[in-house]
Amino acid sequence: MFHIFCPYCDERREEEEFHPNGQAHLVRPADPDSVSDEAWGDYLFFRDNPRGIHHEMWVHRLGCRKFFNITRDTTTYEILETYPMGEQPTITAETARVRHEQGVQTADGGWQTVGARPENSTLNEETPS
Amino acid sequence: MQRYSGFSLVKHALSHHENWQRHWRNPTPKKRYDVIIVGGGGHGLATAWYLAKEFGITNVAVIEKGWLGGGNTARNTTIVRSNYLWDEAAQLYNHSLDLWKGLSQDLNYNVMFSQRGVLNLAHTLQDMRDVQRRVNANRLNGIDSEVVTPDQIKEIEPALDTSKRARYPVMGASWQKSAGVARHDAVAWGYARGADSLGVDLLQNTEVTGFKIRDGKVFGVHTNRGDIEANTVGCVAAGNSGVLANMAGLKLPLESHPLQALVSEPLKPILNTVTMSNHVHGYVSQSDKGDLVIGAGIDGYLGYGQRGSFPTVEHTLQAIVEMFPMFSRVRMNRQWGGIVDTCPDACPILSKTKVKGLYFNCGWGTGGFKATPGSGHVFAASLAKGEMHPIAAPFSIDRFHTGALIDEHGAAGVAH
Ligand SMILES: Cc1cc2nc3c(=O)[nH]c(=O)nc-3n(C[C@H](O)[C@H](O)[C@H](O)COP(=O)(O)OP(=O)(O)OC[C@H]3O[C@@H](n4cnc5c(N)ncnc54)[C@H](O)[C@@H]3O)c2cc1C
Ligand SMILES: [Zn+2]
Repeated sequence: MFHIFCPYCDERREEEEFHPNGQAHLVRPADPDSVSDEAWGDYLFFRDNPRGIHHEMWVHRLGCRKFFNITRDTTTYEILETYPMGEQPTITAETARVRHEQGVQTADGGWQTVGARPENSTLNEETPS
Repeated sequence: MQRYSGFSLVKHALSHHENWQRHWRNPTPKKRYDVIIVGGGGHGLATAWYLAKEFGITNVAVIEKGWLGGGNTARNTTIVRSNYLWDEAAQLYNHSLDLWKGLSQDLNYNVMFSQRGVLNLAHTLQDMRDVQRRVNANRLNGIDSEVVTPDQIKEIEPALDTSKRARYPVMGASWQKSAGVARHDAVAWGYARGADSLGVDLLQNTEVTGFKIRDGKVFGVHTNRGDIEANTVGCVAAGNSGVLANMAGLKLPLESHPLQALVSEPLKPILNTVTMSNHVHGYVSQSDKGDLVIGAGIDGYLGYGQRGSFPTVEHTLQAIVEMFPMFSRVRMNRQWGGIVDTCPDACPILSKTKVKGLYFNCGWGTGGFKATPGSGHVFAASLAKGEMHPIAAPFSIDRFHTGALIDEHGAAGVAH
């Protein structure tokens, strides 16, 4: 169960209030009539599907009903940040790798290596498929 | 290969069943093969078996990062049907259904294929129209589909609540009598044993970590056990297909989502058939062991974690209790998830790629188990000839740029 921080309500709420809406930051071609079939097909159907850091759009469906973005790890399911529409992520696949190796500043001011957190080691390991 | 029969059972009883042959060898990888299959799920193993048996190509390796069938093949709820709307899909799934019928004999392995039929329920007028349209399309394609009334449904599946009291009363259903279920891991094991006996190397605990590509042509793969070469490589990796495609510098129109299933404690026989409802959104059948096998929709977000979220479990069970109020006190025994590769038009991709010799068979999403034999067969034919088999051809990845989609969303009953 996710507890998702809505950047508009300024509150952490249960997953059930939200709905995922796929990859964030997609830009619709300005003039669809002039793009190639290739570019139009890419825009319509081809999404990033990373094993790792993903920027995705969610809607606070049963709350403020506003859309916002989440940066989330698709293997551990850890939500790394949420941010309003129109803003850019502060954590990307590249910075997350550094963060993973070097650790992070936690909310209470501590310093923690992400990979060493107990909840990441067993629960979040994918069973080998 | 030691064949299974009543006689062999009696013979081995005399030595307390201690001398049965192993199902397959555990070979060390060779340097070179004619064909490499990446992914040892049902589809990959079926491809290897048909390559060896039908097309005489036995110098084949199946490379599997975990154990055989440990992906979606042994995580699915085993519904087999072919009542799809569009001609292309109907042909593909019906080809598969034809192969299912003789599969246990072909493989000399009991895959427990049981044609107990499937009901796809309709609860609204629009559902009814969709059912009628799909049934008519099915019949034109020679599929034994029919529209049944609530009274007929009651006869087929007495435990189902067909009363007017239900919150979403059942208005009718489509009924495919030749549909059913099969034992999923037996399918993987049967194909694996057959392929191994014809000389195919099954390389378990071997993960593909990259492709060897030169001048736009594939000539092998990198693995955690060293490089292995082949000029034809077929990727059949379900939820991890996108990750593999990335390694070859390709992008696929797939999204990987968790899909979960549950089984209950074993019960005395209570269900006759498979019941699916798109509207209430759940489906259930009963295994030969007696457990209710339950599933529903995907978790809406991307995930590679092979587990699902609790809200989805709750929705799934609400749907089951809505359809079968008598199950409200049944306890669930186990719950798990698999990673399904959903495609924008809910149809698979069986295709060549921009890299010569590199093929993908993926995008089966929530409903590929039923297609295992057919997919393996047409994919093997395509790899053997270097040209896509006519049944596979419409499922080319090009359709996402030409617009020739095969939009099966309307036809899917909970999309399995
Ligand atoms: C809960 C659930 C219920 C379902 N219910 C149904 C149903 O009722 N009916 C139906 O028809 N379908 C159903 N499906 C869908 C069906 O299970 C799949 O479409 C089908 O099993 C896919 O088979 P596969 O062989 O392609 O994939 P898999 O069995 O997933 O095999 C792919 C294999 O590739 C391996 N692999 C991945 N990456 C690598 C790598 N880099 N190197 C080496 N190996 C790799 C994996 O370990 C895996 O074993 C369901 C799926 C789920 C999860
Ligand atoms: Zn909000």
